[in-house]
Amino acid sequence: MSTLSRADVANLARLARIEMTDQELDDLSSEMDVILSAVARVQEVATSDVKPTSHPLPLRNVVRGDVVTPSLSPEAALSGAPASEEQRFRVPQILGEEA
Amino acid sequence: MSLTYEEVILKYEPVLGLEVHVELNTKSKMFCGCATEFGAEPNTQTCPVCLGMPGALPVVNQKAIESSILIGLALHCSVTPFSRFSRKNYFYPDMPKNFQISQYDEPICVNGYVDVEIETEEGPKQFRVEIERVHMEEDTGKSLHVGGATGRIHGADYSLLDFNRAGIPLVEIVTKIVPGTGKYAPEVAKAYVAELRDILRSLGVSDVRMEQGSLRCDANVSLRLIGAETLGTRSETKNVNSLRSVERAVRGEMIRHAELLNRGERVVQETRHFQEDTGLTRSGRSKEQAEDYRYFPEPDLVPVEPDAAWVEILRVSLPEQPTLRRKRLQEEWSVPDKEMAAMINADALDIVEATVEFGADPTRARGWWLGEISRIANEKDVSIAELAITPVDVAEIVALVARGELTDKLARQVVEGVIAGEGKPSHVMETRGLKVVSDESALMAAIENAIAAQPETAEKVRSGHIPAAGALIGAVMKETKGQADAARVRELLLAHLGQ
Amino acid sequence: MITRSAHEMATALEAGDTTSEKLTQEHLDRIAAVDGDVHAFLYVDTEGALSQARGVDARRQSGEKVGPLAGVPLALKDVMVQHGVPTTAGSKILEGWRPPYDATVVAKLKQAGIVILGKTNMDEFAMGSSTENSAYGPTHNPWDLSRIPGGSGGGSSASLAAFEAPLAIGTDTGGSIRQPAAVTGTVGVKPTYGGVSRYGLIAFSSSLDQAGPCARTVLDAALLHEVIAGHDARDATSIDAPVPQVVKAAREGNVKGMKIGVVKELNGDGYQAGVRSRFEESLELLANEGAEIVEVSCPNFEYALAAYYLIAPSECSSNLARFDAMRYGLRVGDADGASAESVMNFTREVGFGREVKRRIILGTYALSSGYYDAYYGSAQKVRTLIMDDFKRAFNSADVLVSPTCPTTAFKIGEKANDPLAMYLNDIATIPVNMAGIGGMSLPCGLAPEDGLPVGFQIMAPAMQDQRMYSAAAALEASLLTKWGAPLLSQIPALGGSK
Repeated sequence: MSTLSRADVANLARLARIEMTDQELDDLSSEMDVILSAVARVQEVATSDVKPTSHPLPLRNVVRGDVVTPSLSPEAALSGAPASEEQRFRVPQILGEEA
Repeated sequence: MSLTYEEVILKYEPVLGLEVHVELNTKSKMFCGCATEFGAEPNTQTCPVCLGMPGALPVVNQKAIESSILIGLALHCSVTPFSRFSRKNYFYPDMPKNFQISQYDEPICVNGYVDVEIETEEGPKQFRVEIERVHMEEDTGKSLHVGGATGRIHGADYSLLDFNRAGIPLVEIVTKIVPGTGKYAPEVAKAYVAELRDILRSLGVSDVRMEQGSLRCDANVSLRLIGAETLGTRSETKNVNSLRSVERAVRGEMIRHAELLNRGERVVQETRHFQEDTGLTRSGRSKEQAEDYRYFPEPDLVPVEPDAAWVEILRVSLPEQPTLRRKRLQEEWSVPDKEMAAMINADALDIVEATVEFGADPTRARGWWLGEISRIANEKDVSIAELAITPVDVAEIVALVARGELTDKLARQVVEGVIAGEGKPSHVMETRGLKVVSDESALMAAIENAIAAQPETAEKVRSGHIPAAGALIGAVMKETKGQADAARVRELLLAHLGQ
Repeated sequence: MITRSAHEMATALEAGDTTSEKLTQEHLDRIAAVDGDVHAFLYVDTEGALSQARGVDARRQSGEKVGPLAGVPLALKDVMVQHGVPTTAGSKILEGWRPPYDATVVAKLKQAGIVILGKTNMDEFAMGSSTENSAYGPTHNPWDLSRIPGGSGGGSSASLAAFEAPLAIGTDTGGSIRQPAAVTGTVGVKPTYGGVSRYGLIAFSSSLDQAGPCARTVLDAALLHEVIAGHDARDATSIDAPVPQVVKAAREGNVKGMKIGVVKELNGDGYQAGVRSRFEESLELLANEGAEIVEVSCPNFEYALAAYYLIAPSECSSNLARFDAMRYGLRVGDADGASAESVMNFTREVGFGREVKRRIILGTYALSSGYYDAYYGSAQKVRTLIMDDFKRAFNSADVLVSPTCPTTAFKIGEKANDPLAMYLNDIATIPVNMAGIGGMSLPCGLAPEDGLPVGFQIMAPAMQDQRMYSAAAALEASLLTKWGAPLLSQIPALGGSK
């Protein structure tokens, strides 16, 4: 059973893009320990001979035909945007790789 | 201390790995019914699904699956009996859901190969590039960076997002590592991408227009000392958006790595961006911590299990393989090996074929594209396909020459005019006043003038010394400003002088 | 009229005894009178509801054949997107968002002429069992305003118990329809996974989420079930098969010869005495109606809760990534020079509540490289084991039964600081979601010790939803005979008049 340090939680918060106060990180790391020790029980029965189920339905090959259907109007598409300009979503500067 | 390529390959052996992203040319997107037209007004081809709105769900485009299977089959892959989509989780503003639906450990096709042939000093040589996987995923939106000096992402004040491209189906084709290419690594990389492009085009599954981004190549390069077993650290160069760039990027990275290694420095495993203008690569912003994509099976989609019958139907529909097509065309057009190789190397096969389809004689069509037009393209540092002249134009020019309305020399000027954007060949002829002088009285007058000016030369011709006629013909051509048909001038001149 | 069943209201509409507009207005008045106390609604769409009602009245008047529930009002859980109507999923991060499209369920409701009164309160993104995790304050249980109405769909169940609406839509990921139904004395059905389209249902855990009907009677639930169920090409996990004949089953209500399996593991220790006694009485009633009661064992159910709290957080960590302040919803910290990344970070910090963040972090961990197999992978194996348990149990029983929850409604605030105790509420409802089968809860009396409603859970194999309606209708009829009046007639009066 693993425990989560404050730094571990901080890294998870970074991956999940959630800013967290020191207090929150502390609270969460202790809560995570409690929850993880409870959920780690799954390992007791998850032996190698059991196949994982990722979906309750036995469906296969559900597809749609290559048919164009109406899009939203740009006004509707942008209607919820916190900011827009030139019919585009306006977002703060992107720091990161050039795509 | 900069090294030459020759110095690099004396000491190091390159190992290649190529990842090619292909935008499929389906009518609708990968997971929704939005149209995929290139160049539409921003955010006019979006819906709740491709905007990642709360509650929206993806449904797979059947054509995209079939195109992917076709690609796999054409690359000699096996189609897997069970494949699945996963979610690749990372945040990026141009990715609406902040995860990309992508196949991960269960791709649709695996284990294929592409044979490519390149010209070497020892003659044509074949290399086999092995394919590891062919998988499906979705494209991201496009960002426009506003403000800042460069117009680039760095230093921009803010960005504007257009999600028309978001959700367009992509197929990623990943090679296994390609060792053993030695000094030909850049040529093999280029030939592989070219071959792949030809295959994809023949399948009709993509527009494969590198300049529009419908075919994008990432080149992984590493070096090791010749004879060494372990692989060196690789760099991944993105943004390689033309065949020429593939070659340049690989060559450039090989030199960069070798310089680092020679200085005793380390190659950093990183993403680099190819810069078309300089031919160099630039480091991507290195991340302080590694991303963890937290892949897991996409719960909104069900597995893809192509049954054997479905795959067989697709297999039967496979078109002629580009290698076979090349053999066929070489025979039909009676092209010598060396010239065929030159044509392939210049990436002129399709364009020549199109010109022939518009009625041009194959040898003449080839002559124009590989001769004058290639020369101009080289001067301008672009590919022949990027020039303003089309197969229709060339076919028209060939026809004009055949009918005697243009001489070869005049035709070259027409080609130049068409490329300069002056219009169609007939229009260029008119505006530039390029027309064979076929008025025989005008020609006779010019011939008389020439004889009058060079009586001694005329006498030599009269007495049977035919080669001397050249000087007279030259004078006639000069007087008619090159617009006369030299062969006809010669005929008239010789007849006039009793020969 | 508002205390009647939806079916009775529909009958009155059909007979011309009332109009949809009148009926809708009565419910709007009731909401105005009592919702200050109950807080079942996050948004009341007065104008939209009335105009929809008038539309149905006009259609009926013109002689058009309308659906069996046409003109009857309904409360919609705020996790379902409705075109142009504020939809928040109980979260600050979506405050003010008006969706540009309708969920398939909403489109079907509109098509059927059902009048949507407004959006009901819920635990933020359906994460919770008490509706205390709503960013907009808790909903109160009409049986006792100091108690929780269950969750996540506490608003929907409370609106039924408070006679603010005769029908409601819920969604059930681990019990969010059935547990609120149990603690409010109402009926709630989680259909077979894939039976009702998820298109437009704001995803919490995609492989577990299922929308379903909430009502005050079994027949009403069945009528609503048939309206919203059916294949949807927009949902790749939707089942392409005829909808089970649940209305027919609810009308017949027959358990003669039916084998009813009592799940040994979902009873006993940890279950409140009054819950157990009401459950036992119901079993006797079913036996009296001709059912054969057998005991079945599902040994792996004890791992269901643990597996659920890995699978649901994992999927939600990915599903909720889209709330990033770029395209819709809240944006925080967009000052000069701020990066998109920092705006995302601050918006998600401010926009998400504590429980949501807890689950996102847990899910991010369970999926992260190096831990996937131990957590998410193992949980998926437990899922297989639970499905196997169900398969075996359904070999010896037509339906399975248990108490819906271990206890009656607890006090607001009582478990707010103990996530594990809160999670235990769903211990009997979660296995159904893990296996994707159908489950429902109907009221089976009040616990003697606290006078609060107890829920009786019935589970049926996938796409055999009609079986649970048969059993439920039979039990409901027996109980009604025993009580002389519906359970809800005993509910204390709220501020307004009934």
